[in-house]
Amino acid sequence: MSTTLKRVHGYLAEFDNPQDLYHAAEHVRDQGYQRWDVHTPFPIHGMDVAMGNPRSKLPWLVFFGGATGFTVAFLMQFLTQVVIYPTVVQGKPTDIYTLPAFFPVMFELTILFSAFTTLFGLLALIGLPRLNHPLFASKRFPKFSDDGFFVCIEARDAKFTKEGTKSFLEGIGGKNIELVEDEI
Amino acid sequence: MEATSHASAPTPSEPRILEREPLVLNNRSYSWITNRICGIVENKQPFLWWILFVPSVILTGVTVFCFTYLISTGVGVWGQKQPVAWAWDITNFVFWIGIGHAGTLISAILFLTRQKWRTSVNRAAEAMTLFAVMCAGLFPGFHVGRVWMVWFLAPIPNANAIWQNFKSPLLWDVFAVSTYFTVSVIFWFIGLVPDLATLRDRCKPGLRKMLYGIFALGWRGGNRHWSHYETAYMLLAALSTPLVLSVHSVVSFDFATSVVPGWHTTIFPPYFVAGAIFGGFAMVLTLMIPARKIYGLQDLITAKHIDNMAKIILLTGTIVGYAYSMEFFMAYYSANKYELQTFQLRGLYGPSVWYYYCMFGFNVFAPQLFWSRWCRHNLWVVMFVCMCVNAGMWFERYVIIVTTLERHLTPGSWRTFSPTWVDIWTFVGTFGLFMMLFLLFLRFLPVIAIGEVKGVLPQSDPHYDPDREKGIQEEDLMDYPDRHVAKPGTAAATA
Repeated sequence: MSTTLKRVHGYLAEFDNPQDLYHAAEHVRDQGYQRWDVHTPFPIHGMDVAMGNPRSKLPWLVFFGGATGFTVAFLMQFLTQVVIYPTVVQGKPTDIYTLPAFFPVMFELTILFSAFTTLFGLLALIGLPRLNHPLFASKRFPKFSDDGFFVCIEARDAKFTKEGTKSFLEGIGGKNIELVEDEI
Repeated sequence: MEATSHASAPTPSEPRILEREPLVLNNRSYSWITNRICGIVENKQPFLWWILFVPSVILTGVTVFCFTYLISTGVGVWGQKQPVAWAWDITNFVFWIGIGHAGTLISAILFLTRQKWRTSVNRAAEAMTLFAVMCAGLFPGFHVGRVWMVWFLAPIPNANAIWQNFKSPLLWDVFAVSTYFTVSVIFWFIGLVPDLATLRDRCKPGLRKMLYGIFALGWRGGNRHWSHYETAYMLLAALSTPLVLSVHSVVSFDFATSVVPGWHTTIFPPYFVAGAIFGGFAMVLTLMIPARKIYGLQDLITAKHIDNMAKIILLTGTIVGYAYSMEFFMAYYSANKYELQTFQLRGLYGPSVWYYYCMFGFNVFAPQLFWSRWCRHNLWVVMFVCMCVNAGMWFERYVIIVTTLERHLTPGSWRTFSPTWVDIWTFVGTFGLFMMLFLLFLRFLPVIAIGEVKGVLPQSDPHYDPDREKGIQEEDLMDYPDRHVAKPGTAAATA
């Protein structure tokens, strides 16, 4: 007999295909659950609507990342070429009129900073990387990256009850319903 | 997108429906796709892999040797002498950078234009981009002569507190190429994360699982994650699209902003970009046609994919042909006698005129075969044309760079370039490096984007109905008005 203490993470229910999962997600959304997610091998078109997810805030982060890159590139070039150490090369001006020559680097750094913001903004928004997650304790869950379509309703949800949520998931057609527990 | 076959004979009761060619043949299931692609990584490599890998490693060693010899002796071991100060090294740099462009075109531009067929080829093409840019980066790095001083390119003041000249296109190029490489790595990696999770979930516990697990970042495929992920992917595609167009434009500025006749033209940026996409697609096909055969991926990379890429080669090759002709015309029409003489020497009676004929024949005439559907579907013809283009694009860069410098403004300093053995073997060796990296990629990473291919299957549509033929539904018609289907009862259906 195991003596490990366990905490309920939530219920995991499996569905056969994207169509069933889509309708199940609509039911879970309409039931008023908040802390839940669907796990799929690929993004399902329209699932955000079925789940009632808001639009990602990532573009805003990237906008400011790009603006930072643009500013950094401008300052780097303007300060070094015009203010700190103006050098006359190829007869080009050393004042503000040399600005067009700075555009390519300003463009490149805008893209570079935006791309880095996209990467790190994405990781911040989805809370990855992490080394483990309670869901990985489930034997069936790794199927999500092959052909499994799962709904997971977490125990943290205010509407979660051990019996009620299970029968709800059964009612909307969930199969292989599993109580996922987390070792603490 | 073409619609080639009729799903059913037109009858009064049933509307005529033009069916799209499926992107994945033989109605393959999700798990078949997973098994087939992951199997490449998990099973033993075929013998042919080793036959290719061993010479690639040896050739990589040749490049390493040549560069070592260059560092220990001096940059004079290459054949360039005044006035040909840029020769094979810069030719090879532009050649390899250009190859990379097809990868970004497939991953970014075809994504933004919703070309779903890209999913089967984008992963390999992006990997090819990275490896090609790595090969490209070697040449300017060593071209500077003292490679240990290459940090002078970075925006930090040197020992005399002198800053870089940001007004120089050569420095723009440093920023363009390094940004291009970095953004391509980010794009490639973000695309890989869900597939690394697939590999992780299939591994037995051990070192492999740990490594795939670390790089998969703990991906769980939750839709709250996919939602941000898809936004990120879209943003990177939108960022990469202008980036890829800018990179080869900036490369062309290296030439176009100079006052050398034959280089000082405004047509260079679009001409270089079209040429880069052209040469890159040829390299994608050169790699993917054998790979799909060896690993049995014909259901995923279908004749339709090859057909589409052949059409892009035809289009861009014809654009390149237009650019060649227009350069000649402008040399005549500008009434600039230096420009005119440069082109006469380049294409009519100069010392390297056969390079020009190779360039024109390989790049402009060979792809015209692709007007024929039979040629686009015969893999031997496709491979032949791609090989022509691979060679032709190298000749194009040689023509632009070397034949121009050989006959510079001062006839007294004219000199015809001839490469040394170091020139030749350094370049040949980079093919070994490129192949070695690509073979290692085949060995350790999924060559096709598993998640993305699953996403374009008809049964992945949340409104797919297996009972209705091919899943064409009214919701579909509203979502994708570009589909060539006629809604029952509409004018188009009864017409």
